[in-house]
Amino acid sequence: MPLNLKDLYDGFRQPEVIHSYALLIEKEANKLKRPINIMEVCGGHTHSIMKYGLNQLLPKNVNFVHGPGCPVCVMPKERIDHAYVLAMIEDVILVTLGDMIKVPGSKGNLQDARSQGADVRFVYSPMDCLKIAKENPSKRVIFFAIGFETTTPMTTALIHQVISKDIKNILFHINHITVPEPMRVLLDDESNTIDAFIGPSHVSVISGSQIYDEFANHYQKPVVVSGFEPVDVMQSVLMIIKQFNEQRSEVEVQYSRSVNKEGNLVAQKLNHQYFERRSHFRWRGIGDIPHSAFKLKKEYVHVDAEMIYQDSLPTEQIDDHKLCICGDILKGKANPIDCKVFGKACTPSNPMGSCMVSSEGACAAYYKYGNLLR
Amino acid sequence: MCLSIPSKVTKIDKESNMATVDTMGVSREASLDLMEEGSVKIGDFVLLHIGFIMNKIDEEDAMASLETYREILEIMDAKEREEAILDGDNCPSGGN
Repeated sequence: MPLNLKDLYDGFRQPEVIHSYALLIEKEANKLKRPINIMEVCGGHTHSIMKYGLNQLLPKNVNFVHGPGCPVCVMPKERIDHAYVLAMIEDVILVTLGDMIKVPGSKGNLQDARSQGADVRFVYSPMDCLKIAKENPSKRVIFFAIGFETTTPMTTALIHQVISKDIKNILFHINHITVPEPMRVLLDDESNTIDAFIGPSHVSVISGSQIYDEFANHYQKPVVVSGFEPVDVMQSVLMIIKQFNEQRSEVEVQYSRSVNKEGNLVAQKLNHQYFERRSHFRWRGIGDIPHSAFKLKKEYVHVDAEMIYQDSLPTEQIDDHKLCICGDILKGKANPIDCKVFGKACTPSNPMGSCMVSSEGACAAYYKYGNLLR
Repeated sequence: MCLSIPSKVTKIDKESNMATVDTMGVSREASLDLMEEGSVKIGDFVLLHIGFIMNKIDEEDAMASLETYREILEIMDAKEREEAILDGDNCPSGGN
């Protein structure tokens, strides 16, 4: 029987299969010598877990710990203010992905900038910039680029078009970040309670699962690269528990229909062509992580909005609200429900921190799906 | 943003290096700029992410996974039937 598109969704959401895996997990977990904490790094996995209540299907000795895989959540306020400041410039059209709409900077969010007269456009794809730039020849289109390794190639594909076609009115503000560097920082913190990882998988579609080798080898933490459907996640949890019981520490790919060891070489080549790693980059809640973010290479400074407008862009570090514990949540040291303002002063329509407003934020996931927990 | 969508390729335009994909009934245009030239064909299953095709989904692998899940269900069903029979044998009233 040939594969249908529907099978790629429904096949990996079957309730009976989820239930079967819950039973298999319980049986295997009985053999564990001690409780284990599995960190799902990616916000997309957090949302799947909360949406399908997978955390409630696990036995008491297996826990999920949420990680920092939300690119908007880990952006410090001063960089969000960059977007606001750029948007307010007279002849600028600021273009970014929808996730940025309500993210709060210290001056407000981009929606506020709009109400102040700024021309801000939220797009589905970076390529939409081409049309906007063509239709507005007297304006400067600045693409405010966000995302991990999954989304970085799409920006470089647009850069490639801009450079090769010599398009004069598209600039870039690059905020792309990488996943292995913060994972390392979390593990280097001696107080961490992470025993294994569910590895970000769409990141590995681009980078290959090879990027997790150091976590299995050097840090001795099992990593299973998982798909996003609930059956994928449950199968991955079982694979992790088996690694513990068999005293293995490996990188395994559960999501083998889409992930391999090498990744997407075309995307990697584009990345090397246009980007280099920043020596430093401040992560909200975590602090400086060296070599964890990208910027345009010097030869492309003529399209680098961060350089062109550097005199107007704020550099002062801005801290979060005192009651916001996004930082601890991103490091897996707290849950959204531990936060005093969760669901009260901080809600998706009135967020105090970006974790509550991003489609990949843990707080947003708990708010949307976690009613049953209260 | 992590969330890419499985889609099926329905058309390819070599000149613009774009493909048309079907994502559960909705037709979308997607750039092939991140794929090796000529590697994507009509009928391929791909992952679509913010207007780009970023990889091809391995059909055989997907079907192997679905087969694994079928087998698990069969094993679980067989176990349940076994337990139901044993319960029946152990039931004091013996089904009466």
